[in-house]
This record gives sequence, structure tokens and C-alpha cells, in this order.
Amino acid sequence: MNAFVALVQRDVRLALRRKSEVLTALFFFVVVATLFPLGIGPEPAVLRKIAPGILWVGALLASLLSLGRLFSADFQDGSLEQMALSTTPLPVLVAAKVLAHWLLSGLPLALLAPVLALQFGLEPGAMAVLVLSLLVGTPLLSLIGAVGAALTLGVRGGEVLLSLLVLPLYIPTLIFGSGAVEAQMSGVAYAAHVSLLGAMLVLAAFFGPWMCSAALRVALE
Amino acid sequence: MLSVSDLTCVRGDHTLFSGVSFDLSPGQWLHLEGSNGSGKTSLLRIVTGFTPPDHGHVRWKGRTLADAPEAFHTDLLYLGHALAVKDELSALENLQADAAIAGRTFHEAHARTALQSLGLRGRTRLPVRVLSQGQKRRVALARLTLHSAPLWVLDEPFVALDAQAQDWVADAISAHVDRGGMALFTSHQALALQGRGASYRLNA
Repeated sequence: MNAFVALVQRDVRLALRRKSEVLTALFFFVVVATLFPLGIGPEPAVLRKIAPGILWVGALLASLLSLGRLFSADFQDGSLEQMALSTTPLPVLVAAKVLAHWLLSGLPLALLAPVLALQFGLEPGAMAVLVLSLLVGTPLLSLIGAVGAALTLGVRGGEVLLSLLVLPLYIPTLIFGSGAVEAQMSGVAYAAHVSLLGAMLVLAAFFGPWMCSAALRVALE
Repeated sequence: MLSVSDLTCVRGDHTLFSGVSFDLSPGQWLHLEGSNGSGKTSLLRIVTGFTPPDHGHVRWKGRTLADAPEAFHTDLLYLGHALAVKDELSALENLQADAAIAGRTFHEAHARTALQSLGLRGRTRLPVRVLSQGQKRRVALARLTLHSAPLWVLDEPFVALDAQAQDWVADAISAHVDRGGMALFTSHQALALQGRGASYRLNA
């Protein structure tokens, strides 16, 4: 457990010392979400209709941006070897790295989303559901993405391969995430969508780290 | 003790080495020699369990690595080509993170003493990014004195070091072996090491 906390702390500290990576993803999210209203025009009904989808796709692409670096830095400098030799099981350490990735990419995106939602004229109720769906959905994105990052580790052109591998797997998260906001906007209960996201999150939290560590051990061979 | 029997390593259709056997008992070091490309690093990666051997066995205290990986990892300190040192962190923070990942307790006073004995006094709080290559290696080497693991597996511990630091590493290995530890390392240098030990030559 100590190793888990210490690794989360280390990764957060590392990210805060090279802030550009965290800020790039956030800035990307802001710019993408801002380009759409500018391109589509100031029609409130249209903007409100497309808002959930665009904000979710923006968040999804932004969290994908930092995935490539999730294991590659540790792979190159040898830290990953030390993790594989640790007395703490590798899946626990992988879970710590994924949690750190979420704290640095998913969480800020979820907190920033309501500000961007203002541009689309979302009501406060829908904004709350947007934040909730992102809070449940972005850790799921980090977990799925981590498996992809582990599988493409050490592969030439891995970053492109990673997007091709991971984006299709993001589809269910996207559907239920933006579905929750749309349900709230059309006056239907959103709980079913969020519950499904939660169920997927539980499954991914259980199996993701195991799959990651299996893939990492192959990369270390 | 570490027992390696009849190891074979095949890369593509080229056999790097075959029939490699040696034993390492407490209080002994083993200096692995061989020309570039003879498979020294590959052998170390098989011994540490990263790569499964194509043929043969590695046993630690009589059990194969696949049987008891945790028991082996508790007893192993591995220092590879890649130093596992983060540029953004200071020397102390690096050692702290390393201890936490390895699952060992960290004593800041010990770490300070280790870094001072390696000539890094006054540089313990600087980000490693601003240190030289050799100093960066010294930060990684400080782990040798902080861990109590009986088996050391070191890949080229003497490379990029000045004479003083090379002596420090040789002394550390000798002291470790004196305490009943074991050290397996590769090097191209001729070494004057104390204690019981042998060389093993890999032929390319």
C-alpha cells in the first residue's frame, strides 16, 4: 500500500515539475470545445443539441494525448524494470500509475467541463450531469487507455497505433457518457447511463491493471 | 544461493550462448566477461527473470524463478543499463521513490550519508537533470548501500565513472561479499576485487 501511495505521489510530483504535458491536454480540450461554437454559429438550439457529444469527444481526445507517455518514460529510464522486480505486485503499481494519470488528466477535464459548457448554453442541471458523467467516465478512459499504452510500449510508431487501438474501445464510454447528459436535457432519468458507466469502471478497475502488467512484462522481455 | 544450469539464449536464428552454467554461493562475486554482443546483458536479464530462458534453469535457493518470483525479488538488487533515475527529481527524491517502489523503508539520513560518500555532498537537493552523466550514475549507485538484498546483479557498474568512483564500487562489492552477500556483474575492466570470486567468460 505504501508503494501505491508513493508511486502516485512520485508521478504527480514529476508531472508538476514538467507542467507543459498536463497543460497541453487541458489547453487542447479548451480549444477543441471552443472551435465548434465558432464554426457552427450562434444557434442556441443546435449548440445545446451537440454540446454533450462535443464535450465528451473533446475530453476523450485530450485524455488520449497524455497516454503515450504513461509507461514510455518509465520504460526508457529503467524505472519500469525496478517496478517489475518490486516485492509489491506489478498490477498494484500499474493501478497507482493509472490513478496518477487520471488525477492529472481526467479530473482537471471534468472540473473544467462546466466552464466550457457555458459556451453551448447548457443549463445547470445538465452541467452537473456532465461533470458527474465525466468523473465516472474519465477513470474508465484512463484504465482502457493504459492497457493500450502497455500493449504498444516499445513499438515503433506506437503513438499512432495506440489511438487506433484505444479509440474504438472508448465508444461505449462515449455513448453512455454523452447519453447521460442528453437524457437529463430531454427530461429522462440519467441514472441508468451513469450506473452503466460505473459498472464498466468497476470491471475495468479489476481487470485493467492485470492486463497491463501482463503486457508490460512482455515489453520488458 | 544462485544456481544457473545449462542456459541457452537464442536471438532470431542466432544462438547467443549455450550451456552456460555457474553457481554463486554466499560470500562470492562473479565477474561476467565477454566481448560486445556476446550476450552479457541478455544473460543478466535471464538471471533476473525478465526474459525466460530458451533452455536451462535459473534457481534461487533451490527454487526456479517462475516458482517463487516474490521470494527472489525480495533478495535481489538489480542495476541495469538504464539507471531508473528521474531527471526532474533530486537525488534524495530519486532514492526515496526507488525505495518505495522496491517496497523497502527509506531513511533519509542513510541516503544522505550514501550520497556524501559518493561525492555528491551539496548536490542532494538539485534536480538530477543538472548533474553530469557520471554524477547521475553515482546517484543510482547509492542504492547499493541502502538495500540489504543479498544478491546484487549489476550490469556494467563501472562504466562512465572516474577512478575514485570505480574504487567506491569495487569497495562496495567487496564489503557486500564480506558480509556474506553475492554479486554478479559484467565489466570490461580488469578489476582488483577483494574476497572470494571468479570470472566467467562468455564466448561470442
